[in-house]
Amino acid sequence: MMAERAHMPRRRLLIGEDTRPVLKRFVRLHHDSVRSRWVLLAPERVVEVDDIAVDVLNRCDGGRSLAQIADALATDYDAPCARILADIIGLVQDLADKGYIKDNPVDAE
Amino acid sequence: MQNEMIERPDAIRIEAPEGLLAELTHRCPLQCPYCSNPLELERPTTELSTAEWKSVFSQAAELGVLQIHLSGGEPTLRPDLEEIVAHTSGLGLYSNLITAGVTLDRARLERLVDAGLDHVQISFQDADAENCNRIGAIKGGFDKKMRLAGWLAELGVPLTVNAPLHRQNIHNLEAILALAEQLGAIRIEVAHVQYYGWALKNRAALMPTYEQTIRSVEIVEAAMERLKGVMTIDLVVPDYYALTPKPCMGGWAKRFFNVTPSGKMLPCHAAESLPGLRFDNVRDRSLRDIWYDSDAFNAYRGAAWMREPCRSCDRREIDFGGCRCQAFALTGEAANTDPVCTKSPFNAQIAAAAEREAGEAPPPFVWRRFQKAPALSD
Repeated sequence: MMAERAHMPRRRLLIGEDTRPVLKRFVRLHHDSVRSRWVLLAPERVVEVDDIAVDVLNRCDGGRSLAQIADALATDYDAPCARILADIIGLVQDLADKGYIKDNPVDAE
Repeated sequence: MQNEMIERPDAIRIEAPEGLLAELTHRCPLQCPYCSNPLELERPTTELSTAEWKSVFSQAAELGVLQIHLSGGEPTLRPDLEEIVAHTSGLGLYSNLITAGVTLDRARLERLVDAGLDHVQISFQDADAENCNRIGAIKGGFDKKMRLAGWLAELGVPLTVNAPLHRQNIHNLEAILALAEQLGAIRIEVAHVQYYGWALKNRAALMPTYEQTIRSVEIVEAAMERLKGVMTIDLVVPDYYALTPKPCMGGWAKRFFNVTPSGKMLPCHAAESLPGLRFDNVRDRSLRDIWYDSDAFNAYRGAAWMREPCRSCDRREIDFGGCRCQAFALTGEAANTDPVCTKSPFNAQIAAAAEREAGEAPPPFVWRRFQKAPALSD
């Protein structure tokens, strides 16, 4: 019966430069070809994402930290790393607060 | 593909639909007295075939639909549900199974997940087992729901708890929220009952008092704050006590549509209660034609149909005058302002009726059932 399943108490995920974010399994990055845009599909939600966010999310594979991702983006977009890091922490925190992101800690496994 | 937006001569911009509520069947083991299905339930013999449903979903995806809600009745009573889910998954549609949670066994759930099912929503009539079973009129229902929720957690399938709220369970709201948390739900929908069809018939048995309603909103808002980033809470407010109406369906035929078990395509699940509209069947006409060109879908698009006080109201693009079905049911005219709006001349009597009913002892429920066929001996 259900009562036997002890769930870990769940807490809000706070995003920082060491976070190794990855989209939860039930959230899908989807190209909406009818409207020519990218969206995140989640239960009862369609969240539009711009091209830069798509680029960020494609790098969020649970292996790379946000600091590492910011480094790479700084090179690719020729922009200051600190600024990018702050921006992507904001972006990922926003998605985490929607419940779409999990952190993949280095010492997992 | 082209950006899907059709500019009509009368300057109404029709956007592509985003969501489809597919009522796969009206059969259901529960008899909830606020069921959103119409009073006249559609018989199993009239249901669309597997091939017809597949065509509906293919056409919907092509139209721009992103999410589908497999609903009922109880959708798992369709033996072809796995085949339907596999088809929608192949189309890239995000699938949401809306179930009472009393009919699935674990093996079938696993088959549905393997077929690509994305998300499951289980209704809980209460967190109190006895009251839950009483309201749904089903023996042992609560334990089955709990068992299904447990399997979903084990399989890593996201769960939404759907909790319809009314005067006969509102005192357990905190326990309902705690139950959803305990089940590991990613989302709970605290949905004050909306009074159409069965719920309108049972309004006096369901309507909470103003004080209970305000208290419920406070409880939900506190939980939203506490559970930010942990569990999404969507609150559907009880509009009889609101100041402004809800933007019903996000606007008539603006983002969503509904297909009934027999294939009628509707702008919302209650639309058939409106007089003077002829709704097309997906067996006769393409979804694209119905969405963009049918009279019924165009009837309340834009603002040209509006009367005062809607026509000159600065909220007309925010709430679209509220709900056509509610306007018709309570004022006799579908184009009237939804009477839950304080600007409606009918508002005072609507609010008074709600308060009066909520203050009296609740009458017995009228259960949601198929009308009995006349007995042969009669």
